[in-house]
Amino acid sequence: MNSPNLAVWTRELTRRFGPFTAVDRVNLAVKKGEIFGFLGPNGAGKTTLIRMLCGLLLPSEGEARVNGLDVYRQSEAIKQQIGYMSQRFSLYEDLTVEENIEFYGGIYGLSREKITAKRETLLQQLDLQRYRRLLTRNLPLGFKQRLALGCAMLHEPPILFLDEPTSGVDPRARRSFWEYIQELARQGKTVFVTTHFMDEAEYCNRVAIMNLGRVIALDSPLKLKESYRKSTMQGVFVEILHRTTPDLFASQEDRS
Amino acid sequence: MNAIEVRDLKKRFGHIEALRGMNFQVREGELYGLIGPDGAGKTTLMRIICTLVMPDAGEVRVKGLDVRQQRTKIRSLLGYMPQRFSLYPDLTVEQNLHFFAELFQVPEAERRARLEMLYHFSRLGPFKNRPAANLSGGMKQKLALSCALIHTPQVLVLDEPTFGVDPVSRQEFWEILHSVQKEGTTILVSTAYMDEADECDRVGLCFQGRIVAEDTPANLKRRFSYPLYRVRGSNLFRLQEFFRSIPTVHSIQMFGDVLHVSFTRQPRAADWQAWQTQTGGGLQEWKTEAPSIEDVFLEVLEEEK
Repeated sequence: MNSPNLAVWTRELTRRFGPFTAVDRVNLAVKKGEIFGFLGPNGAGKTTLIRMLCGLLLPSEGEARVNGLDVYRQSEAIKQQIGYMSQRFSLYEDLTVEENIEFYGGIYGLSREKITAKRETLLQQLDLQRYRRLLTRNLPLGFKQRLALGCAMLHEPPILFLDEPTSGVDPRARRSFWEYIQELARQGKTVFVTTHFMDEAEYCNRVAIMNLGRVIALDSPLKLKESYRKSTMQGVFVEILHRTTPDLFASQEDRS
Repeated sequence: MNAIEVRDLKKRFGHIEALRGMNFQVREGELYGLIGPDGAGKTTLMRIICTLVMPDAGEVRVKGLDVRQQRTKIRSLLGYMPQRFSLYPDLTVEQNLHFFAELFQVPEAERRARLEMLYHFSRLGPFKNRPAANLSGGMKQKLALSCALIHTPQVLVLDEPTFGVDPVSRQEFWEILHSVQKEGTTILVSTAYMDEADECDRVGLCFQGRIVAEDTPANLKRRFSYPLYRVRGSNLFRLQEFFRSIPTVHSIQMFGDVLHVSFTRQPRAADWQAWQTQTGGGLQEWKTEAPSIEDVFLEVLEEEK
């Protein structure tokens, strides 16, 4: 169960907030080098799950290992192994582009020289040289997204958690983002990504679909489409949601 | 009279030219969609229309009123949902909705039906007693959207309202938007989802501070003049590489599990068979494809380069 080939492994992983169960007995085994997609309606528990795997939130119950490390006891070590890009890219809006890179390099404990070298490579790779002294607040969203990804990868982690990295990003920028993700996977990085763009689900090796805290389906996009007899992932998603959401309007009492 | 009238609009922030002489009109009662890459000027345009930013040059009128001279009047007939909307985090879902209903003076009689409809789309009903602070990112967005839709302004401006909203809720949101339009509201909406552009009466493609293409979705799609095929195969990345080497190929784009390949001249059956052989059977299926707004978007951006 703790095979060295697994980047992420969970067993009955659960997180409750008061009486509300945000993540409900989730079992996962994500292989190293895999692009693993996570789909689900708003409030399904995707972000809560990611935050537990990043060592940012303790589970209520169950087990989870990231690169073999235990999320209860080794959360600090996990942070060295992972890059995390949160939904609203956690950049400092009142710092310039290069200041953000330097700041994150510092947080990850990189040396001065290493930060300077990394900064220059990143600015070039991300095509951000002309924006280097611009306040991050004034950066177009597509560039913010690239910068956030770059900052999350400064310490060269083998595993990436990307929470809705392409929300609000235009079709061209999304394509170049995914080309980059594919390239990272080829280099052996594991990418764990959530999205609301159903075409992007197709670019993942496997996809898990979550609803109401539970993982309802987990397979390759092709197998999912076959087993739900749908021609698109959009079709699969809608079908699963309809099957697994009890009529929310039947009961008006609060779940929280 | 047009509901929104923009002529030769210019706006600069420091050394960045956000709008470089923009012209566009939204007709009375129209649902108008703005698409374009990040940094094209969509948000700046919307903020000027909503009287939150002053233009440097040009003319902007909302329902005939000048954004420079008649700000208060414009604000009273306009609803605006910015990209980052402020909810009251310590108020519950329901309290937020009631607060905005009060603010916009929605009559008691209408309020109930309105709330019902908004709860249906947002699926927030079961969470109505939860403080907004404890909602997920996408749920917050849906609540913000519901607050913006609680009243029926004459002109509604929505800046990427479906940011981070799941596919099922997006569909339901657009149904609501259509019903708001039927009530007589003029709507200007920006989006990064090209399938949403199809829901609009007209679409403007914004690029580097100008509208570079504008029409009904159907007419916009007709601008794509190259023969277009939908191609399937065992390995799309390899197939993409292969088509890059074919001289008559105009463009190749990945669309989920298929490629869209367009040509400078119509390929013949013999061409396809030859390609199938050359790819060792990797090319499995090809069919003519009707261009989508996404195809047009990518094509126009390529032309404008």
